[in-house]
Amino acid sequence: MNSVETLVAQIQGLSGSISDVNQLHSLLKQSEDFFQSESTRLASLLTELDPSIHSLGYLYILEACTSAPISKEQASELVLSVARFINLCAAEQIRLAPDKFTSVCKRFKDQVMLLEDPMRGVAPMLTAIRKLQLSTEHLTTLHQDFLLLCLLAKCYKTGLSILEDDIFEIDQPRDFFLYCYYGGMICIGHKKFSKALELLHNVVTAPMSILNAIAVEAYKKYILVSLIHLGQFSISFPKYTSSVAQRNLKNFSQPYLELVNSYGTGKISELETSVQANNEKFEFDQNLGLVKQVVSSMYKRNIQRLTQTYLTLSLQDIANTVQLNSAKEAEMHVLQMIQDGEIYATINQKDGMVRFLEDPEQYKTCEMIERIDSSIQRIMMLSRKLTHMDEQLSCDPLYLAKAGKERQRFDFDDFDTVPSSKFTI
Amino acid sequence: MEAEDEATGQMIEDEEIYVNGGGDGDESKRHRPIISGEQLDVEAYAALYTGRTKISRLLFIAEKCGNASMQLDALRMAYDEIKKGENTQLFREVVAKIDGRLGPNYGPDNAWADAVDRRAELRKERLENELNAYRTNLIKESIRMGYNDFGDFYFAHGQLGDAFKNYVRTRDYCTTSKHIVHMCLNAILVSIEMGQFTHVTSYVSKAEQSQDALDPITIAKLRCAAGLALLEGKKYKLAARKFLETGPDLGNSYTEVIAPQDVATHYASCLEYLGNLKANLLLDIHLHDHVETLYEQIRNKALIQYTHPFVSVDLHMMANAFNTSVASLEKELEALITNNQIQARIDSHNKILYARHADQRNATFQRVLQTGNEFDREVRAMLLRANLIKHEFNLKASSRKH
Repeated sequence: MNSVETLVAQIQGLSGSISDVNQLHSLLKQSEDFFQSESTRLASLLTELDPSIHSLGYLYILEACTSAPISKEQASELVLSVARFINLCAAEQIRLAPDKFTSVCKRFKDQVMLLEDPMRGVAPMLTAIRKLQLSTEHLTTLHQDFLLLCLLAKCYKTGLSILEDDIFEIDQPRDFFLYCYYGGMICIGHKKFSKALELLHNVVTAPMSILNAIAVEAYKKYILVSLIHLGQFSISFPKYTSSVAQRNLKNFSQPYLELVNSYGTGKISELETSVQANNEKFEFDQNLGLVKQVVSSMYKRNIQRLTQTYLTLSLQDIANTVQLNSAKEAEMHVLQMIQDGEIYATINQKDGMVRFLEDPEQYKTCEMIERIDSSIQRIMMLSRKLTHMDEQLSCDPLYLAKAGKERQRFDFDDFDTVPSSKFTI
Repeated sequence: MEAEDEATGQMIEDEEIYVNGGGDGDESKRHRPIISGEQLDVEAYAALYTGRTKISRLLFIAEKCGNASMQLDALRMAYDEIKKGENTQLFREVVAKIDGRLGPNYGPDNAWADAVDRRAELRKERLENELNAYRTNLIKESIRMGYNDFGDFYFAHGQLGDAFKNYVRTRDYCTTSKHIVHMCLNAILVSIEMGQFTHVTSYVSKAEQSQDALDPITIAKLRCAAGLALLEGKKYKLAARKFLETGPDLGNSYTEVIAPQDVATHYASCLEYLGNLKANLLLDIHLHDHVETLYEQIRNKALIQYTHPFVSVDLHMMANAFNTSVASLEKELEALITNNQIQARIDSHNKILYARHADQRNATFQRVLQTGNEFDREVRAMLLRANLIKHEFNLKASSRKH
C-alpha cells in the first residue's frame, strides 16, 4: 500500500504538532517491513528531508539505511551524515523511538572504530546522549560507547564531563557495569583517583547473580587504585556485596592480592620483588602502568609519613628511610610532592635539610564556608531522594506482592491446622 | 603493697624469696634464683615447686636453655623427681631425652617402670570395684571420694584428660560448697597442666561463687590461676591486677602450680621492672611467650612517660637516660609517633623533640568534610544498588509472565 513517495509526503506533512508526530510514529511502525525490503532505495530520500524538522522520519529511514552491510568507502560518508543528523535532530521527536536512535548511534560508533578514528565520534556521541537523556540522572545505553570512544581517543576531559553527573536511573545492568569500568579508567587517566575508586567500587559491589568479566577486571583495577590513592586495601568486602563476588573475585586476582600484602610491609624492596614475580600477569592484564604507579606511590606514602613525625629531616635521612638511592633523588621527590600540594615543606639546599610545615588551611575563609554549605545542601538533597525512593518502593505493587508472599510463609502457624495432639488421645 | 612486702619478707629468711616491687636497698645482697641476671640456679629454682609442675618446669628448662650442662642438670632432677611418683610414660620420655648421657644410674629402669605399671593396674582395678560398690549403694559422699581418687590416680599417671573428667564428675555428688571449691581447684590444677586456660577461667569463676567456703589461701590460689589465664590470653593489665590481688596468704601452699615469688615476678614485669633478667624469664613456663612483648611495652611506656611533661626534649639527654644512641632513639620515637602514642614531632636537625598540640578546630573541620563526602558517596552507591536490584526483580517478574 505504501510507496516511497507517499511515505516521504507523510513524513513531511506530519512533522509539525505533537499529535501529528505521534500519528506519524504509529504509521512508521506499521511500515517497518517495508523499510527493510526497500533499504537500498531509501538513501536517496534523505536529501528530501530536513533532519531538524522531520527528525522522526529521518531517523527511521537512516536506521533502515545503516542496517545493510557497509563498505569501507561508504563508511566515512555514513559517519558524516549520522553526525550531521545527531547534531540537528529534534530531541523530543527522537525520544519517541529511543531504540532506533540508539541502534543508529551504535552503528555510528562501530563505523568510527572501524575507521580507527575514534576522535570523530566523541562530540556527536556526547550530543546524542544529551538529546536522548530525559534527565542527567538517567544512564543511557550510549554512555558506555561514548566513554569507550573517549578512552580510545584519549579525550579524558570530555569523558569527565558526563562522569560528573549523578546517575541514579539505569536501564540495563550491563550498561552500568561498562559505564563504571570505562569511567573508572578515564578517571585514572586523569589521575582523579577518588572518583575512579567510587566507580570501580560500584562495579565490584553491584548486585549480580553470575560473575562477569567486567567485575573481575574492575576488581583488579580497584585494588591498584586503592593502593595508589589510599595506601592500603581492605581485603574484606562490604557486607552488601553480592555473594558471587565475595566468593570468586579473590581467586581471579591472586597476584594483585600479593601486591597488597607486600605493600603493607612498607618496604620498597619487597614490593618490587612482588611486582617482578608477577610482571607478566600484570602486563597481560594491561595494568603494568598502574602497578608502576603503585610502586612510586609508596615512596610518596613513606615521605608523607615522615611529615607526621618530623619537623626537620635531612635529605640524606629521607633517602635512607624511604630507600631512595641518593639525597638528590629524595630532593626530586620532595619537590614534586610540594608542587602537587601533597605535603607542606620547604627545602634548605645549603645544609640539605627539609623543614615540614603544618597544613596552612585554617578553615576560616569564605570559600571554605561556601564549600561546607554546598556540601550540606547536597546531603540534604540526597536524603530527600532516599526518603522519596523509600516511599515509592513501599507503594510498589511488585515489591508488596513479593513481601506479602514471604510474610505468608512465616505466618504458617496462623493457619488453623488440626493440632496433632488430638489424635494421640 | 606494704602489707604484701612485709608478709613475704618473713619468708625471705628461709626461702630466699624476694619481692622486687618493694625496691629496698638490700636487693643486691641476696641471691635470688629467678630475678637475678645471672644464670639460673636450676636446683634452687626447682626447690620452689612441688608435684607435676616441678617436673614440667624442669623439662621446659631443659628444652629451652640451650646450655648442655644446665640441660643435663634439669633432666637429672626431673628423673629423680619422676621416680618419686608413678608417671611411667613421662619417665620413659625423660629417659629418651637423657639418652644415657648421665651414666648408668639414669638409664631406662625397666624393672621400676614395670613394677609401677603393675601396681597401677591393680590399684585401678581396686578403685573401679570400690566405685562400683559405692554406686550401687548410692552413698553420695563415697561416690565423690571414689571419683576424686580416680582423678588423683590418673593425674599421678599423667593421664590429664581422664583426670580432668573424673574431677569434674565429682561435681554431681558435691554436698557442701567446700566440696565444690575442692573440685574447682582440682580442675584448675589439671587445666593449667594441660594448658587449657579457658577451663581455668570458668572454674575460677565457679569457685568464686561459693563465697562462704573460701579461706584466704584459696582466694589467693584462685587469683593466681586467674592471673595466669589472663596472661595466657595476652591481657597483661588484667593479669597484673590479678597477681596484685593475690594476697600474701598464698605462701607455699600452691607450690604445685606456682611459687610465690613468681607472682611477684609476673606482677613486676607486667608493670615496670627493667633489667637484664630476660634470659632467665624466658625459661619460665608461663611467662616465656610473653616476655618480648612485655619488654617492649614496658620500654614504650617509659618512653611515653618520659616525654609526657615536656614541651621540648633534648634527644641527647633522653638517649643517655635510656642508654641508647640518638639515632636509634629517633627510630623508636618515630614508631611511637606513627602509632599515635606520643603527640610530638622530631626536629632531626637540632635533635629536639617538640610536643605537638593537635588543633581541635581544624581536625573537626577536616572530619566534617570527610564525613560529608563519605555520606554523599555511600548514599549514591546505595541508590544505585537499589535501582539495580529493582531492575533485576522487574526483569525476573516480566520474564515469568511471558
